[in-house]
Amino acid sequence: MTSWYEASARQRIDALADPNSFEEFIGPEQREISPHLSLFDLPEQFDDGIVVGRAKLAGKPVLLAAQEGRFMGGAFGEVHGAKLTGLLRAARKLGWPVLILFDTGGVRLQEANAGEMAIAEIMREVVLARMDGLPVIGLIGGRSGCFGGGGLIAGCCSTLIISEQGRLSVTGPEVIETNRGAEEFDSKDRALVWRVTGGKHRYLIGAVDQFVEDSGSAFRQAALEALSRPASLDAGVLAAEQKRLETRLARFGALSEARDIWSALGLPRPEAIPALAAEAFLAQGSTKRESADDAR
Amino acid sequence: MEKLTFQFETNRSAAGRRKQAIIGVVASGNLEVLIERGLPPGQCSIEIATAAHGFGPVWQAVLADFVSRRAAGGLKISINDGGARPDTVALRLAQGVRMIEEES
Repeated sequence: MTSWYEASARQRIDALADPNSFEEFIGPEQREISPHLSLFDLPEQFDDGIVVGRAKLAGKPVLLAAQEGRFMGGAFGEVHGAKLTGLLRAARKLGWPVLILFDTGGVRLQEANAGEMAIAEIMREVVLARMDGLPVIGLIGGRSGCFGGGGLIAGCCSTLIISEQGRLSVTGPEVIETNRGAEEFDSKDRALVWRVTGGKHRYLIGAVDQFVEDSGSAFRQAALEALSRPASLDAGVLAAEQKRLETRLARFGALSEARDIWSALGLPRPEAIPALAAEAFLAQGSTKRESADDAR
Repeated sequence: MEKLTFQFETNRSAAGRRKQAIIGVVASGNLEVLIERGLPPGQCSIEIATAAHGFGPVWQAVLADFVSRRAAGGLKISINDGGARPDTVALRLAQGVRMIEEES
């Protein structure tokens, strides 16, 4: 069993796609590197921290993008973002689904303007692809989680798959602590970080659709299931999403701690949730959790 | 960044058929190694961009050892280094050559 959390972007693609089916676009040999990092005397990476291309999943063609969370925290820069934007545009031309293997802290601060624009462009392309009826599936389980603009893009996806190790939010723990102090949020309290942003909590409150164990084969199986889920996006879907978010806010808005939410969901021993293995967790959680469809 | 270039002569040309191989990640204490074919079989060139300045002689020693141990003839090797230790550099180079030696 390969750990998704420990794997590199390229190893994750190998674990996800059919053997030898991956074909990279704008590979490292083209040296399409960041035009900004050298100004800061920072190291560059030949693929700018994202691997994009096409592959087959159970024989069917898909487009794939995998972020490398160990290079600059998987952050979005100009080239990194443009590769994903281009991939989503190709998806609309080809009519193929897209899988995004998130592993990112958000926008790369050294090229913040270009990175922020890339996030907006990518969100637009995800929405357009979904309006065409194409699945855009996010997989979250890397060491940098999925934060900042990555969290916004994830919120636009048709299906999200997460592992316990995966974390999903917009403002990350360290940013909250820097701005509001450790009394508000102690980013070194790992149990707290995972209770608030981690895969189990995100699954229970209906922020993601599928919860899987930390392995390449589990993510592959979930991706196959995700490909057959509804992906369309129109005014009716948005209205339903708004309604569901209002209901969720009314139900949990007054609660300040994840365990109180798990208790309100009717889970018998909320304090035991973080220690449960994936199977035991799903046995309890899958029937009690909030519905996830089109509500992040 | 410090940029370094090394040229080696060797009588062992690289095996296999893969056009290129990439291994490793640019992170603290790590590096990426991109290996491409295209040089005459008796030559190996290695270009390095490194965040750690002043280690030219260490690179020279690690790379000369690599070329003497592995079949690196005909390979053009490009490295982006995030301050990896010599043993990590040697490991990645060995992994990269092993990867390009595969048949497909």
